[in-house]
Amino acid sequence: MADSVLKTSTAAPPRENALGLKALDYGGAKSTLCAGCGHDAISNQIIRAFHEMSIVPEQIAKFSGIGCSSKTPAYFLSRSHGFNAVHGRMPSVATGALLANRNLIAVGVSGDGDTASIGLGQFMHMIRRNIPLIYIVENNGVYGLTKGQFSATADEGARLKSGVINDLPAMDLCALAVELGCGFVARGFAGDPKQMVTILKAAIAFDGLAVIDVISPCVTFNNHEGSTKGYQYSKEHQELLQQIGFVQSFEQIQVDYEAGELKEVMMHDGSRVLLKKLEEDYDAGDPMNAMRRLKEATAEGAMLTGLVHLKPEKKSFLELLNLVGTPLAALSEEAIRPPRESLEKIMSDMM
Amino acid sequence: MSDSSVATAEADQRPAASGSSINDLTIHVATVNGSGSQSSNQVLMRSIFQMGVPVSGKNMFPSNIAGLPTWFTIRANEQGWTGRKKEVDILICMNAATAREDVEALEPGAICIYDAPLGCRSFRNDVTFYEVPFTELSNALSDDSRLRKLLTNMIYVGIAAQILDIEREEIVAALGRQFKGKAKAVELNIRAVDAGMTYAMENLPSQDRFRIERRNFTKGKILIDGNSAAALGAMFGGVTVVTWYPITPSSSLVETLIDYLKEYRIDSEGRASFAVVQAEDEIAAIGMTLGAGWAGARSMTSTSGPGISLMAEFAGFGYYAEIPAVIWDVQRVGPSTGLPTRTAQGDILSAWNLSHGDTQHAVLLPGSVAECFQFGMEALDLAEMLQAPVFVLSDLDLGMNSWMSDPFPYPEAPIRRGKVLDRAALENLGGKWGRYVDVDGDGIPFRTLPGTDHPDASYFTRGSGHDTHARYTERPGDYKVSVDRIARKYETAKTLVPQPVIDLKDGAGVAIIAYGSSDVPVQEARHQLRTEAGVETSYCRIRALPLAAEVRDFVASHERVYVVEQNRDGQMADLIRLDAGEAQGRIRKILHYTGLPCDARFITEAVLSSEETING
Repeated sequence: MADSVLKTSTAAPPRENALGLKALDYGGAKSTLCAGCGHDAISNQIIRAFHEMSIVPEQIAKFSGIGCSSKTPAYFLSRSHGFNAVHGRMPSVATGALLANRNLIAVGVSGDGDTASIGLGQFMHMIRRNIPLIYIVENNGVYGLTKGQFSATADEGARLKSGVINDLPAMDLCALAVELGCGFVARGFAGDPKQMVTILKAAIAFDGLAVIDVISPCVTFNNHEGSTKGYQYSKEHQELLQQIGFVQSFEQIQVDYEAGELKEVMMHDGSRVLLKKLEEDYDAGDPMNAMRRLKEATAEGAMLTGLVHLKPEKKSFLELLNLVGTPLAALSEEAIRPPRESLEKIMSDMM
Repeated sequence: MSDSSVATAEADQRPAASGSSINDLTIHVATVNGSGSQSSNQVLMRSIFQMGVPVSGKNMFPSNIAGLPTWFTIRANEQGWTGRKKEVDILICMNAATAREDVEALEPGAICIYDAPLGCRSFRNDVTFYEVPFTELSNALSDDSRLRKLLTNMIYVGIAAQILDIEREEIVAALGRQFKGKAKAVELNIRAVDAGMTYAMENLPSQDRFRIERRNFTKGKILIDGNSAAALGAMFGGVTVVTWYPITPSSSLVETLIDYLKEYRIDSEGRASFAVVQAEDEIAAIGMTLGAGWAGARSMTSTSGPGISLMAEFAGFGYYAEIPAVIWDVQRVGPSTGLPTRTAQGDILSAWNLSHGDTQHAVLLPGSVAECFQFGMEALDLAEMLQAPVFVLSDLDLGMNSWMSDPFPYPEAPIRRGKVLDRAALENLGGKWGRYVDVDGDGIPFRTLPGTDHPDASYFTRGSGHDTHARYTERPGDYKVSVDRIARKYETAKTLVPQPVIDLKDGAGVAIIAYGSSDVPVQEARHQLRTEAGVETSYCRIRALPLAAEVRDFVASHERVYVVEQNRDGQMADLIRLDAGEAQGRIRKILHYTGLPCDARFITEAVLSSEETING
C-alpha cells in the first residue's frame, strides 16, 4: 500500500513552535485508558497538530460527551478549557459555547456510542448547521466503559468475545455526514498517526464543521479474531482514498508532482490541503462520488481512509447569524441593554 | 394592594345581583378557531380600556389550527379585579357547535347576542336575547366571501358597543391601532362596526343592566401579556444567547423576543448583539444554553412542561457543574401532553428538583406581567451570580393573556455578572485558584471563561465527581465536600432570590399563601372575604424557591393557612409543610385544577366552607 501522506517537508518539526511553546505545553493529564488504546494514539496526534499549527492553547475549547473517548479531553491541552458534557449531547454544548464566544477554536471528541446512538440527533443537526468545530469520533464499534456491548457502527457479522454476532448493518458516519452536507469529512485510523495528524491540521485550518471518523481499536473488548475494528483487521483492510499533504500558510513549500496528479485545496486561513490521487476517478470535492465510494467500500469490506469530502465554501453557522465582532460573552452593558428611551417608547406604545 | 398591576380603585361596593352593573361585566365571545376573531376581540377589549375601565382578556383556545371551538373572555371591572370570573354576563354566540352549551351556562338575566340561524332564543327564557342577522349585514359590506367572514367578527363589536354604551371614537382609535398603517383595512372595519351599531340601534331594544361608563382608571397603564413582558425583561436584562424549541404556551415568549431583539439589539452596521437558535429539541436547547452560559453569555431557553421533562439530565449537569442558564417554563396542564392550551401551576416540584441525585434549583415565580419583566432581568443576573440554572415559572394564563399593568420601570441597577476571574485577576492571584473553592464562605466559587488569555485560566468542567480544583475524583470525602458546598450555595440563594411579599393583618387568624398567577384571584378573594363575610386574611405571596425563612414564620404566626394553587396535589403546600416544622398541621390546600384560571369566588367559597367546618 502507498504511503498515506505526501511528504511536504524533510525537516523535523522544531521543538518550539511559532509561539515559543513546546509540545508539552499542549499536553494533558495522564491517561487512565487501557494500555494500547487507540484513543491515546489520537490524543497524541491532537497534541501534535495543535502544537505544530502554533494555535494558542487558551483559545481552544475542548468538548466531549460520555464514554471512553469522551474522557480523553482531560489527557490533552490542559491549558484549554474543557467541557465533558452528558451522553450524546456534546454538539449542543459546543454550539452554545461558540455562540457565546466566536473566537474559540473548538475541538470535540466523541465515540461511536455517543455519536451514532444516543447522540445521533444532535450529530445530524450539528452538521446541518455547520458548527465550526472539529468533531472527532473515536470509533471502535463497542461500548467500552460498560464492558463491550456492540455499538451502532459495529459491522454486520462482527463477533464479540463472548461469541455474540452483530446482525445489524453498521451506520457509516462519514456517509451520513456527506449526506447532510458537511464540508469536511474524513476517516482516519489510530494506527496511522501520520495520516491522522495531517487530517487534523487540515481540520484546524477548515472554517466550518470537520467530521473525522477515526477507527480506534478497543484493545480490551474489540481487538480479537472476528472483530472488524481491531488493529490487525483494520491494517489489512485499510484502503487509501488518496495521499494527503498539508502546507501551512506561512510555509514556502513547493510540491512537485505531475500535472493532473495533485489537487490543491486552499483553506480559509491560506493553508493548503494537497490531495494526490490514488484512485483515478476519486474527487473529494464531489459528494456523489464520496457516497458511491463509501457504499462500495462497505460492500467490499474495505476500510476507506483519507479525506472523503472537502468543500470549504459553505458558510458556518456563526457567519449566518451576522454577529457583532466582539464575542457575545464580552459585550459591555451598553451593548446589551437598550437605553431608557427604548423601554419608554415600547411602554407608551402599549398605553 | 401589594401589586401595581391589580386593583386601581378602593371602592368596596359589590354590584347587587339584579341591579344595574356599570363597569363590572364579563363578555364571552364564542367562535370557531381560525375564524379570525382575534382582532375583533382585541379591539373590543382595548375600547373599554381606552374608556378608562380596567380590563383583561383571556383566550381559551383548543390545541388545533382551525375548526374547534374557541372562546375569548373580556372582564371589565372598575375596581381592577380582572382575574377570571366564572359568571358570563354577555355572551356573543357565533359558534353553532357550542351554542346550546354556551347559552345554558349563562346566569339568569344575562345577555346573549347571537347569530340568527343559531336560534338561541328557544334554549331558555330567563336570558335577554339579541338576534342579529350577521350574514345579511356582512353581505352588504363586501363581495369577497373570505373578507365577509372577518367583517362578521367586527360587526359583533359594533353590536356589543351599541348595547353596552362603548364609545364609537374609542373603537375607531382601537381599530387604527390594530390595523396600523393599513388605512383600507381600518376604513372597511369601521364600516363593519357602524353596520353593527346601526343595526342594534334600529332593531334591538336598549338595556341598562350592563354598561360601560367612562372612567379614569387606565390612564398611564399598559395592556400586555406575560410572555411579551418576559421577552422585554430578557432583552433589557442583556440576554445574548436564546435557544428554544417551539411549544405552546411558551413559543410566543421567544417569538416576541426575536422581534424586539431585531428592533433594538442590531447595531448601526446591521450586526446582532444576540444569537437565537431554534434547536432540534428541548435537550439541545438547554445544552446550547448551558454551553453559552459556560462560555460567558447571558443565556436562556423557554419551554413548557414536556420540555422541562426533557431537560432533566442537563439541569442536573448545570446544578452540579455550576453553569449559569435561565429556563422559562410557561406552565400548561400536565401530566404528559395534558391539555396543551390550558393553564396550570403543576411544575413546581419537577422544576424544584429537576434531575436525578440531590438537586434543587432556584425557581422564580412571577405573579404579574410586571414581575415577568422584572424576573426576566433578575433571572439572568441570578444565574450568573449563583452559577446555576435558574427557572422562571410562569403559566399560560399569565403568559398568553392580556393584563393591565403600570408601565415597566427601566432597570436602575447595573447588570450583575457574578464571580468571574479575568486575566488581570488571575495575574493578581499568581495563577493560583481553584474552580470549586469556596473562597468567600457563601458557597459560590469563582469561575473563568474559556478564551481567557492566561496559562492558568483553564479548568475541566464535568458532570462526574470533581474536587475543589475540578479534577476527577471518586473519593468519598471529595464528593461530600463538593455537594455540601453546593448546598451552602442554595442557603445563600435564599437571600438573593425575590423575597416573599407579606401582608399581615392584625388579629387575622386566617392566612393565605399563593404564588404566580394565583395572586390575581387571591387578591380579589381577600376583598370578597373582607367585604362579604367580614373575614380578614393575612397574605404571603411566595416569589421564589428556595423558600425564604419568612414563609415559615408566616405559617407559624397564623392558626390556619390556606395555600392556593393550580395543581391537583398541592405541590407548594407540600414544600411549605416540609419547611414548616411543628406548624405544618396548620396548612390547608385550596386547589383549582380544571385547566381554566382559578377564580376568586372559588377561593372565597373554599375558605368560608372550611372555616365553617372548623368553627362549627
